[in-house]
Amino acid sequence: MAAYLARRLILSALILLGVSLITFFLLFVLPADPVRQIAGRSATPQTVENIRTQLGLDQPFLVQYTRYLGGLLQGDMGRSYLQKTEVSSLIAARMPATLLLMAGAITCELILGIGMGVAAALMRGRLGDQALMMTSFVTVSAPQFVVSLLMLYVFAVQLNWFPIGGYGTFAHLVLPAVTLGLLGSGWYARMVRSSMIDVLRADYIRTARAKGLPRLRIVLRHAMPNAVLPVIAMIGIDIGMFMGGIVVVESVFGWPGIGQLAWQAIQRIDIPIIMGVTLVSACAIVLGNLLADLIAPLVDPRIKLR
Amino acid sequence: MKRLLASTALMMTLALPATAQDYTPDPNAKSGGTITVTYKDDVATLDPAIGYDWQNWSMIKSLFDSLMDYVPGTTTLRPGLAESYTLSEDGLTYTFALRAGVKFHNGREMTAEDVKYSLDRVTTPATQSPGAGFFASIAGYDQMTDGTATSLDGVKVIDPLTVAITLSRPDATFLHVMALNFSSVVPSEGVDAAAGNFGQMPVGTGAFKLAEWTTGQRVVFEKNADYWRPGVPYLDGVTFEVGQEPIVALLRLQSGEVDVPGDGIPPAKFQEVMADPAQAARVVIGGQLHTGYITLNVTLPPFDKVEVRRAVNMAINKDRIVQLINGRAVPATQPLPPSMPGYTADYPGYPFDVEGAKKLLADAGLPDGFETELYVMNTDPNPRIAQAIQQDLAAIGVKVTLQSLAQANVIEAGGAGTAPMIWSGGMAWIADFPDPSNFYGPILGCAGAVEGGWNWSKYCNADLDAEATKADSMADPAMMADRMAMWSDVYTKVMEDAPWVPVFNELRYSMKSERMGGADALFVDPVSIPVNYDYVFVTK
Amino acid sequence: MSRGKEWVQPTERAGMTSITAPDSAGPLTRLLRRKLALFGLILIALVVAGAVLAPWIAPFAPEEQHFDGLTLQGAPLPPGGAYLLGTDLLGRDLFSRLLYGARTSLLIGVVANGLALLIGTLVGITAGYLRGWIGGALMRFTDLMMAFPALLLAICLAAILSPSLWIVAMVIALVNWVQVARVIYTETISLSERDFIAAERTLGAGTGRILFRHILPHLMPTIIVWGTLGISTSVLLEATLSFLGVGVQPPTPSWGNIVFENQTYFQSAPWLVFLPGAAILALALAFNLVGDALRDELDPTQRGRD
Repeated sequence: MAAYLARRLILSALILLGVSLITFFLLFVLPADPVRQIAGRSATPQTVENIRTQLGLDQPFLVQYTRYLGGLLQGDMGRSYLQKTEVSSLIAARMPATLLLMAGAITCELILGIGMGVAAALMRGRLGDQALMMTSFVTVSAPQFVVSLLMLYVFAVQLNWFPIGGYGTFAHLVLPAVTLGLLGSGWYARMVRSSMIDVLRADYIRTARAKGLPRLRIVLRHAMPNAVLPVIAMIGIDIGMFMGGIVVVESVFGWPGIGQLAWQAIQRIDIPIIMGVTLVSACAIVLGNLLADLIAPLVDPRIKLR
Repeated sequence: MKRLLASTALMMTLALPATAQDYTPDPNAKSGGTITVTYKDDVATLDPAIGYDWQNWSMIKSLFDSLMDYVPGTTTLRPGLAESYTLSEDGLTYTFALRAGVKFHNGREMTAEDVKYSLDRVTTPATQSPGAGFFASIAGYDQMTDGTATSLDGVKVIDPLTVAITLSRPDATFLHVMALNFSSVVPSEGVDAAAGNFGQMPVGTGAFKLAEWTTGQRVVFEKNADYWRPGVPYLDGVTFEVGQEPIVALLRLQSGEVDVPGDGIPPAKFQEVMADPAQAARVVIGGQLHTGYITLNVTLPPFDKVEVRRAVNMAINKDRIVQLINGRAVPATQPLPPSMPGYTADYPGYPFDVEGAKKLLADAGLPDGFETELYVMNTDPNPRIAQAIQQDLAAIGVKVTLQSLAQANVIEAGGAGTAPMIWSGGMAWIADFPDPSNFYGPILGCAGAVEGGWNWSKYCNADLDAEATKADSMADPAMMADRMAMWSDVYTKVMEDAPWVPVFNELRYSMKSERMGGADALFVDPVSIPVNYDYVFVTK
Repeated sequence: MSRGKEWVQPTERAGMTSITAPDSAGPLTRLLRRKLALFGLILIALVVAGAVLAPWIAPFAPEEQHFDGLTLQGAPLPPGGAYLLGTDLLGRDLFSRLLYGARTSLLIGVVANGLALLIGTLVGITAGYLRGWIGGALMRFTDLMMAFPALLLAICLAAILSPSLWIVAMVIALVNWVQVARVIYTETISLSERDFIAAERTLGAGTGRILFRHILPHLMPTIIVWGTLGISTSVLLEATLSFLGVGVQPPTPSWGNIVFENQTYFQSAPWLVFLPGAAILALALAFNLVGDALRDELDPTQRGRD
């Protein structure tokens, strides 16, 4: 186990290195020149060249990359080209918002997904099961931006139940979290349903039923805890996925997270910010996967680590 | 006697007598209260040497002051931190007499040393200021740029309240440059204490000071009780909330939570607002020093033929494009916007004439039209406007392929000279200061036509450049009318060569809450966009 | 965003082995499954028909901006009247644009997914069969690609490169091939350990022959399933990219860029957002339903879980 962990951690570090290299390279070969953005439109060619030298952008690729890596190892992600603020403080300032949204979304996902999955398994084969599974298909197929706009329009603008975007109170969190939760729940619903069906067929459940225990109790105390075990491992992967894909929801709901930061940075070619957010997200993905891989065998003895 | 008269003629004091048009305080103004302004994007920086977007421009104006200033709501210069100035006979040295007793937000009094420090700072390459180029006419600027000097030779401290700035050439725009944010006076200890983060920890002499900044959420200003202008600011504070979509901001305005939506009225709500008399009454309409235009690259055939360029000018249905943006602009006939001094009032421009355009193309040897590309920035409404242009040109046989790209990519293509046509929307020129020369140099002059320059049409007319330089050396205010006539001539000649298609001049529509007070002009301030925070007030 | 790819059981994703209990599915369930698949097929047929017959069905040219298509103040017209589904912000007929937009969505969905399948299969099969350091290197590379936050990468690429239909398809493929590679890899490994492959090897069959004539046919079910499910992901990703403004170039209509161009009016002209949104949902849903049904039919170990 320890050997596995060590191996995986080293691998993760190498992967992150690879991500940083590829991203840095992509941003390096961009046709657009970030210095022009920084220098602004009234800059003379001399000023532009000065800025280029200042930022070290006239150096060859490897020099620039090693400098960046060096800084990274000391915890310095550089400064935003356009804001001149430290990237690490920009990301740190926005992380809580993204983490909050992620927590809220995963909570909703689990509640909706497990709820739907258990209900579907119990109603297996009947209309309820069909309807719930269809719902899970629909939520998985729905385009995120349309659902976000729809939720905003119906619940915030028309019905006025929630604030129209923004950040600060619990009420602000509800709509974006529920939107993400809804869209992600289909996946969990399906998994829980399968798992629940398996569990319900197990011997110990049959025993409990034969003993005459009330159905609800069987479901809640005996079946469900085992059925949702696979879900736990999946949360790790989910975390990683959120970090990468949250741009749209943050944009529509005006949620001040790192997705919004990245989107603005991409439009303005603020390379240090793009690098920073990509690395942070990649880190989350890699760690999330690692977590999932570590937990999976604990919850499902049939799975072996490789 | 003669000599006395001569020197009086050259001595232009700016201690404006009561008869001149300085600001008359609003009798209804009362002190107190705070307002909330919203923006979609986070504030980038509040460092006056760096901040150069339309969002932080007015915020920086409220936190800092420069030697010169503008009468609120107008484009007329007035004294700022300098009480008065004198200009030497050769027109090269401005000697500014500074106000006494002006305090920075940290309590220290401002002196001439601070002025020198600030100007040195903005022209030092290490600061990476996008506005450094504005100071090119100050003697010693070149040595600062190439690093051989660490201080501007032409800026001399005469005594703690007097500073003399010597130029390398007469510059009629110099006073405007001294009113720009880039010339704001900053304290060196404030910059040093911030250790590279002065943009987040600004210290100035302005009417407001920074009270709080929560990244991604809000920036809070509070009144500077020791502000050197008496009676202002009226407000106790201004809160800027960021991350708010324009539609959200407007809805919150309607429910009374917000006082000014900083990004303006979103198109979708525009009709609804204007149709309601109560709301329409709170909308202020003003001109902006803005022109939206299409650049035609004169180095790429067939745009090297002037007939082709004129034909394109005649093919664009400007009224329809204005309709696409809800009528919030006026069609443009020339590069300068109507509110800019030097605008040629009766100039007809090119008429919308499809048949005439086709004929011109035929005359140029292209009766069947041609194919080309139009670059545009990919944020709404620009792709839509580009598609309207595309359709207009199709009517005269010109087949346009669109390149809807990220802003930086369009700027790159423009600078590199690879883009035949560019719609300037989203990157369109808004004047840095209200002077016609600002529309020429970087975007129509030979200096901007180099690789990477902002003169995307690569238009270079040496004669016009000479005329422009001549106009700019007429620094004497008595020659103002002649100078404007010269500029008017320059732009008229530019239109004859037609490197651009001026399409529209955007109007500014500002909406305010019921409780806000102040002259209308303050809400569409041409310099302090959108609102002049120093002079507005709340009535309850 | 890319939820379609997660119809994989957790065990498959992690590349771990597992033993699933075979199940006796009632015929009722199989019938229900087919009904959903049928529904999906009908939807697909409708969209394809719309796309193919667009030049004949569409009442107007999709790119034609009509002078009477906007009110005097520049607002779009609601459905009804001369324009069946109303007009967009340039006065173009929405119905015609939706029809032609189907072409874009289908084309990109199929091409992008086809590319992803190609790359993923090649990588997976090579790594799975050859193993050793080539296999290891390929799979580590796959891990690397998986660590990239997908949406950010896609946006970045699309923003860097001059977008055209093919570039967008390529970007989507670059983001989506990873899942395919992993699954193919796992399957190839288990296949290549089977007796008949060993037999072929001792008979002297070359690697190429074994790969193409023996392994590949056994992979077809998986490929088909992923091929179908993947179109759903590709359609959603293309829509998201267009929504963010980095998709296909205007004036080519794509359901995503119709939403992008008209989203500022979602309050006063909601049909401009929700009609294309519904179309995207329908297409993605259809492919998910069909793909899921195919998986059930073609992969016996999965049968009966539903």
